[in-house]
Amino acid sequence: MPYHYSIASRVYVFKDLKTLLAKASPLRSGDALAGLAAEGFEERIAAQLALADLPLKIFLNEAVVPYETDDVTRLIIDKHDKEAFAPISHFTVGQLRDWLLSEQADSATLQALAPGLTPEMVAAVSKLMRNQDLIAVAQKCSVVTRFRTTVGLNGCLSTRLQPNHPTDDPKGIAASIIDGLLYASGDAVIGINPASDSPAAVSTLLHMIDDLREKYQIPTQSCVLCHVTTALQIIQDAPIDLVFQSIGGTEKTNQSFGITLNILQEAYEAALALNRGTIGRQVMYFETGQGSALSANAHHGVDQQTIEARAYAVARKFDPFLVNTVVGFIGPEYLYDGKQIIRAGLEDHFCGKLLGLPMGADICYTNHAEADQDDMDTLLTLLGVAGCNFIMGIPGADDIMLNYQSTSFHDALYLRKVLGKKPAPEFDQWLLAQGILDEKGQKLPLRPNHLLLA
Amino acid sequence: MKKKQYSKSVEPDPWQSLKTYTDARIALGHTGGAIPLKEVLQFKLAFAHAKDAVYSELDWPKLEQRLEQLAIPYLKLHSRASSRSVYLQRPDLGRSLNEASVASLKKMPSAETDIAIVLADGLSATAINQHALPLLQRLLPLLQKANFQIAPIAVVEQARVAIGDEIGHLLGTQLVMVLIGERPGLSSPYSMGAYLTYAPLPGLTDEKRNCISNIRPEGLPYEMACQKLYYLIQESLRLKLSGVDLKDNTTNLFLP
Repeated sequence: MPYHYSIASRVYVFKDLKTLLAKASPLRSGDALAGLAAEGFEERIAAQLALADLPLKIFLNEAVVPYETDDVTRLIIDKHDKEAFAPISHFTVGQLRDWLLSEQADSATLQALAPGLTPEMVAAVSKLMRNQDLIAVAQKCSVVTRFRTTVGLNGCLSTRLQPNHPTDDPKGIAASIIDGLLYASGDAVIGINPASDSPAAVSTLLHMIDDLREKYQIPTQSCVLCHVTTALQIIQDAPIDLVFQSIGGTEKTNQSFGITLNILQEAYEAALALNRGTIGRQVMYFETGQGSALSANAHHGVDQQTIEARAYAVARKFDPFLVNTVVGFIGPEYLYDGKQIIRAGLEDHFCGKLLGLPMGADICYTNHAEADQDDMDTLLTLLGVAGCNFIMGIPGADDIMLNYQSTSFHDALYLRKVLGKKPAPEFDQWLLAQGILDEKGQKLPLRPNHLLLA
Repeated sequence: MKKKQYSKSVEPDPWQSLKTYTDARIALGHTGGAIPLKEVLQFKLAFAHAKDAVYSELDWPKLEQRLEQLAIPYLKLHSRASSRSVYLQRPDLGRSLNEASVASLKKMPSAETDIAIVLADGLSATAINQHALPLLQRLLPLLQKANFQIAPIAVVEQARVAIGDEIGHLLGTQLVMVLIGERPGLSSPYSMGAYLTYAPLPGLTDEKRNCISNIRPEGLPYEMACQKLYYLIQESLRLKLSGVDLKDNTTNLFLP
């Protein structure tokens, strides 16, 4: 169905919902690469004006990717909770934006609303929001998850300790883990991206982290971010806490990742059956990122931010412990510079949280993007204010295996300090007992014969 | 009266010995919660090298001088990406040749060849400036000794890997090898990759290629890269394929 908006004597026509959403998107290189971006400044605002007047109900009747050929669309439509949607069913997208910022939309109300929202509604409203709106609303959303630690509590900021090594050398990885733990990192997960996806190599690393965790009684969980099918192969013998997978917002994108919803379901059930969590049973860890569908030529003419929000519908099905966007990893052809990366990071965090996901962020960039560590400091601070559940902790922010820059152990100390946040409570107790942090969260000087260095 | 003086604030980490196990930036120390300035500046220096690599250009005088010593003709080509800024945002334009380049390839006298070699700036022209000729000086004698017919060498600016498919196709060769500057990392700003495609044709995707990456003296040294490539080239021409079906059975021999 076409949508129209007139400005002075000029009539803008948007031939369908996905075109309207794409043209209303704040500019980013990926949409331009796909030929979907608005052609001028005025067209973008015309699309936003038209989108603001669009009733939310339209999203339940017009799919951006056909229901018949895409299992993510079927998941979104079939799982939509009409009762939860009822209180806002009379709103337009613009009215939803104004309401989200109002005092009526408090934490409990937003939590109850989440199952009534579809990814496309959330993506649409985000396109009408300024950065401060994305922060203000996300901060009101509370999504708390549990395995051995509690992640996402108000006043807490957790980190994934990411101790990657170019050849998966266990000693090299262990050195980075020790460094991270002594800098109070790792309460969301100790998560390694393996250089090799071979079951034997993955298993070796899983045993190494698990032994370390047991030896020092560290209240956290581990993950080797191998392909989900590799995890399924070794799940009976290897100590798997969380099952990881990269996911996308269309069936074809997921195909390009070598997965289906059924494979994810199988992995979810297998991980649940291990019953390794001590205080909770959330066992899945997902990563996403704008641009993955376009790079797999699987975007169906839908803008990259809307597709990204659809990936959250996939994540939501499996009650994950952690979800994070890897926001600047994909490169400048999708997010060109610091400005675009910052905007995308705030959008992804907002959309995920509003849909009820435990969102974290890999605040990052590659060397061929127009971004640097100052941009990461900005996004880090903004996401901290927005209540992001967790960020990455990488030695010196420099990942020597994946060759990109993210956030460091020190960055988390900075953010906790300026915002008065603490690590997850279980981990915080351990840090205190180990003499790593004091009660105010200050880093304590360590003896050379500290237990972890023995 | 003695004037008050503040003490130095950087706290070193007592686990410096762990640095022997990894090149990761561990045991940086801290001042408050922050990274000490010395380490911040080391990071910025590595980043500066990586950024300079992204914007580096092919060093024509040096390349031409050394290409002439190879006694194989060479061609200068350009992709459809007119500048680095366009190149970074439009990978599609970096994958195909501009009109002048297509015309100059079409003017070439036709000759049956086994292999075409493409030097592409990619994301680090410095990598090509440093490593392409030393590798070719080792590889070409092996190929010539085995009586493989070699097409003129194409040197392309603002190019991505897949541009080799168009060049190989226009040259009518059996196998194309693209040497290209890889995306710079902080620890390896000048690293070169080599990609092989049998029966090159525009539109082929990555699963049709074999790749050897991290070619540089501190990574995969020239001699080892040369042996791996020579093995893969022979096997590709013998089996008439490349990509996931062509296994690099030499891998274990050369792992350090």
